Order: sequence, then structure tokens, then C-alpha cells
Amino acid sequence: MSLRTPLGRVLGRGSAGEGVGHWWVQRVTAVALLPLTAWFAISLLSHSLQSYEVMRGWLGQPYVAVPAILLVLTLALHSKLGVEVVVEDYVHGTAAKTVLLLLSTFVHVAAAVAAVFAILVLALQ
Amino acid sequence: MNSRPLSPHLGVYKFLYTMALSILHRITGVAATFGFLAFTWWLMALASGPERYARAMHLLSTPIAKLLLVGFTFSFVYHFCNGIRHLVWDTGRGLERVQARRSGRAVIVAALVLTALVVWLGCAAMAPGVAP
Repeated sequence: MSLRTPLGRVLGRGSAGEGVGHWWVQRVTAVALLPLTAWFAISLLSHSLQSYEVMRGWLGQPYVAVPAILLVLTLALHSKLGVEVVVEDYVHGTAAKTVLLLLSTFVHVAAAVAAVFAILVLALQ
Repeated sequence: MNSRPLSPHLGVYKFLYTMALSILHRITGVAATFGFLAFTWWLMALASGPERYARAMHLLSTPIAKLLLVGFTFSFVYHFCNGIRHLVWDTGRGLERVQARRSGRAVIVAALVLTALVVWLGCAAMAPGVAP
């Protein structure tokens, strides 16, 4: 006999009204990424990528750095949620699944922090 | 291992064109994750100063890197276009078989055209010694 309450048994299993959270955030970030990625690609490719000065001057501007930070944070979250779905669908062993999900979380958080840090260095130096 | 139902049974369906596009959406999504990591590496190189950045750009200018960049471009652009298709589906529209096939073809054409456009712009932006 389990001593857990009925609420404790359903929380986190999709039947407590939070089941669509993951799905919904994936869509919200997708919508946000449409203008952010389109803007970034067009703006980036209209500058000379070979020139360090040009790239630094471009990305360091406040009105470029702020949307660029929004882009990398949104991208990291969307990517993390997407990888989670793929791992959960195709990796069935509990150990392998747990390790991959942990690894994905660490890599995504580290990449997001590194990307934001790099943009801030360019903008604030 | 427990006996709860496992989600996608890849072997039990007849292979369909729309199914290939759906699988491609996931593959390109995973590829885009690696693209995001490469992009972060490029940002860190830029923040680390002119020498590091020159080395990164030198590495990105090798034939293998250029081929990978074209591949990542198609991968990303496809995921972008097909993502719009998925968002439209989420509103309950365009789910009929004829509509789904037609929008699938539109996504492939749009992805190829946009890839060509981005590669063309990218070649200009990557050209050495050009100051805009």
C-alpha cells in the first residue's frame, strides 16, 4: 500500500493540468524564433564576416546585442525542449535516457550562458 | 524495462512522403542543435579577440567547413519553413491529406530557394578582404 496522497501520485504525470506546458513553450519559442532568426541571418550576412572589427562593431551595438541575447536564449530553450522530445521518443533504456537528458540540459545551459556572456563582452567592453 | 506503451512505432507504417518530411523535421532539428553549439563557439571566438577570431574564420573557410555550413543552412531553413507548417497545423488548419502534401511540396521548394539565397549572401559576406 502506498502512503502517497492522490495528488502526489498525479503531479508531474500529465493529469494535473500541466501536461501541455512542454508542448506550449515549444510553440511559443518557435513563434519568437521566426522573426529573431530571420532578422539575425539577414543582418549578419550583410556584414563582412572576415573582419573582426566589423563583426565586433556590429554585434556590440545595443540594438543588435539585445535581440541577439533574446535569440540565443530562445534558441537554447527551443533546442533543449526539442532534444528532450527526441530522446524520450527513441531512447528507451532508463539509464541511457537519464544520462542523455542530463547531458542535454548541461550542454544547453552552458551554451546559453557562454553565448550571452560573449555578446555582453562585445557590447560592454 | 517496463511494459508501458512506447511512442513512435517506426516499423509498422507504410512509408509515405509526408512521413519523410516529418522525420526530416526532427533530424534537421537535432542538426540545428549542433549548429547552435557551433554558433556559440563562433561567438566565444569573437569575444576572445582578433587572433582567436581569425583562427575561427580560417577554420570556417576550409572546404569541409564550407560544405558543413551549406548543409547546416539547408537543415536550418528546412526546419524554419516546416516549423511554420507545423504551427499552422496546430491551429487545426491544413490537415487534410491533399493540403498536407501540397504544403509539404511548398516547404521543400521554399527551403531550396532560401538555401540558395543564404548561400549566395553567405559567399559575399565570407569573401576575404571586403570592407562594407
